[in-house]
Amino acid sequence: MSAGFYSADDLAGLWISLRLASITAVALLILCTPLAWWLAMTRSRLRVIGEALAALPLVLPPTVLGFYLLLFLGPHGWGGRLMQQLGMAPLAFSFSGLVIGSMLYSMPFVIQPLQSAFQGVGVRALEVAATLRAAPLDRFFTVAVPLARRGFITGAVLAFAHTLGEFGVVLMLGGNIPGRTQTASIVIFNHVEAFDYAAAQRLSATLLIACFVLLLIVFAANRRVPEAAAAA
Amino acid sequence: MLSQRRFHHARVLSAAMLLFALALAAPAGAAATGAAATGPAATGPAATRPAATGSEQLNVAVAANFYGTLQKLAPRFQQASGIELLLSSGASGQFYTQIREGAPFDVLLSADAERPRQLEADGLAIPGSRFTYAIGTLVLWSPKADLVDHDGKVLREGAYRMLGIAEPRNAPYGAAAREVLVALGLWDKLNQDKKLAVGENINQAWQFAATGNVDLAFVALSQVSSDGVIAGSCWLPPQSLYSPLDQDALILARTGKRAAAEAFMHWLRKDPQAIATIKAAGYHVRE
Repeated sequence: MSAGFYSADDLAGLWISLRLASITAVALLILCTPLAWWLAMTRSRLRVIGEALAALPLVLPPTVLGFYLLLFLGPHGWGGRLMQQLGMAPLAFSFSGLVIGSMLYSMPFVIQPLQSAFQGVGVRALEVAATLRAAPLDRFFTVAVPLARRGFITGAVLAFAHTLGEFGVVLMLGGNIPGRTQTASIVIFNHVEAFDYAAAQRLSATLLIACFVLLLIVFAANRRVPEAAAAA
Repeated sequence: MLSQRRFHHARVLSAAMLLFALALAAPAGAAATGAAATGPAATGPAATRPAATGSEQLNVAVAANFYGTLQKLAPRFQQASGIELLLSSGASGQFYTQIREGAPFDVLLSADAERPRQLEADGLAIPGSRFTYAIGTLVLWSPKADLVDHDGKVLREGAYRMLGIAEPRNAPYGAAAREVLVALGLWDKLNQDKKLAVGENINQAWQFAATGNVDLAFVALSQVSSDGVIAGSCWLPPQSLYSPLDQDALILARTGKRAAAEAFMHWLRKDPQAIATIKAAGYHVRE
């Protein structure tokens, strides 16, 4: 029975989860920054619609979201057909498909903190920078981004952690395929399904402890930088 | 000064994050191209997996209730044939949806006969490959030693708070449990009294009972019997009270490894050791 502390599936699952969560978090930060900036700064009436849309992934149960993504990205779906016309393989049951699903699933957890962080920066600081002849992009990167640092950190941490714990979407969209789409949370589920509670507990504990340490480092690093708002 | 340092700090942090993501994305890209080669769209000669591993692999979708048993069988099959089985455990209904959407499985071991029949009708299976690899047995089980009597009278006498069953609409064992309860004339009453705890699948029904959250539950014999010994107390309802729990297997039409898949199906059906393992796990087989 004891073929090492972790099975090959355990290690493959941890590696896939780590990659999926990191790529999702970084991709979401890049994608959501302009969106959140627009939501925070615009006076357009479209803003409420944008805010409502950005919160929608929270509404559907994860398996249902996964089911619709599967239909959409599968060979009969819109997205899948488009991919085929472009000469690419459909995204369902692939790692890239999981990244897309995870990004949709975790998007609200990045947009919301970023939006409130940008709102916290306020127009005042940006106007002051403008009087010092800072160009718009310069203002954004040297004033808004450093001041909204907490929003970025919160968003990154939430996206990472939420993707690690994701289950329904990846199970439906990924198909539970070892070494390709089987994340750590699915490996844990499989251990439970096979009544191997000891293995399930080992992997759960590993995931919990690793994430606790990771979050501790992020929050400690965040604390060491003096409060940005004090300067404003 | 201070603000410059702070900005520098943020820049270093974001640069480090980007580098980290790029490092991770590189193997992801490689994996994606690998997936594209075996992906559902690739039906031509490109559908064969790059022979990096040396040994042949089959992607097997297996019903949750048979997952543990197949985990035991897989290494023995690999020893006999050199073919490795990559197991994906799940619910049969979910597999049906996923296979319709092009999931890259070679073989399906379903928990029922209905969905394999449907896949065959949909043209998604290799004709003639379907067979019953195991027949499940329904059991009323309690982890308490003396709660369930040998005639199942406990159901009628009602000396229990809650009875666990699997979801009757989707889970075959749940449907069988409902058939038994209807045949005994207890179904409506138990529903009215809100005494049924319904699990999403048969494993959840078992978990309800094993953790003591329900007093007894309809589960699969394969879940509670280990080498013929059952801890706790149980009643096996007569087969006449419910339709046979045939579990069918088939080879999917999209497979690029038909010969390997056929070798596995033949082994599962004929190998005396495989059959003995299936029986010891609490199933019947049709000989």
